[in-house]
Amino acid sequence: MSISQTFQVTLPSDTEILVTRDFSAPLKAVFAAHTQPELMKRWLTGPPGWKMTRCDVDMRPGGSGHYEWQGPDGIGFGLRQTVREFVPPSRVVMEERFDMGDGAPMPVQYVTTEFTESGGRTHMKMTLRYDDRAARDGALASGMDQGMAMGYDNLDRLLSSTGA
Amino acid sequence: MLASTQLDATFAALADPTRRAILARLAGGEANVMQLAEPFAMSQPAISKHLRVLERAGLISRRREAQRRPCRLEARRLAQVNRWLEDYRRLWEEQYTRLDALLDEMQGITPKPKRRR
Repeated sequence: MSISQTFQVTLPSDTEILVTRDFSAPLKAVFAAHTQPELMKRWLTGPPGWKMTRCDVDMRPGGSGHYEWQGPDGIGFGLRQTVREFVPPSRVVMEERFDMGDGAPMPVQYVTTEFTESGGRTHMKMTLRYDDRAARDGALASGMDQGMAMGYDNLDRLLSSTGA
Repeated sequence: MLASTQLDATFAALADPTRRAILARLAGGEANVMQLAEPFAMSQPAISKHLRVLERAGLISRRREAQRRPCRLEARRLAQVNRWLEDYRRLWEEQYTRLDALLDEMQGITPKPKRRR
């Protein structure tokens, strides 16, 4: 309960989404989980029922990242990024773009993630910045689409478990 | 589904703290400009300007009632915006719950019983 209270998603300006979260773990562990592919694969798996099928990243300034996720019905999406700043264990800046698999160009997002430690807990602050408000709203809307996909996944599970 | 220009107007309207405070006040019931201006160090024309933005965004409506023009919260629009944020939030929450378990594992802490399902 106390964990979820530290989790917030807010809109600090017209072009930004701010996500904050505290973790009961030291800074080094939280930073590693955010930046080492073998650890990222374990939790950045997307909605329930989805798999992260690709997690390649060259974690240094100028390095590039390529990620892919696959859903239960063969649908999937990808993310390509360029590492802009990599300052272990406190700060990472990425420039990235989702690839929804339908050829529709997705807006660029600039993601700054900062980590600070206090009393054995780690505070994470992730700012997602977009070129304009329409791009920011689009990113929120795609979150909604995935939220809905999640709802359908749960429905599928319910239907299959009841033999319907 | 809302047209994206309407959504732009809605998010822009919500980006301002005074306008959010006005919406919070209206959640308690209808009020006119004079009543809405009271808690703020602002002139009525300044408040009226905020009200026009909220009205264009579909977040409030105003009845024509002689001079009074009471404002009313349009809860449906606010609920749609909230749902967007809530779904976006849920997506991350799922992943952070998994990250908590991974961090425990990395520190050699016995996994807690699953909270979900």
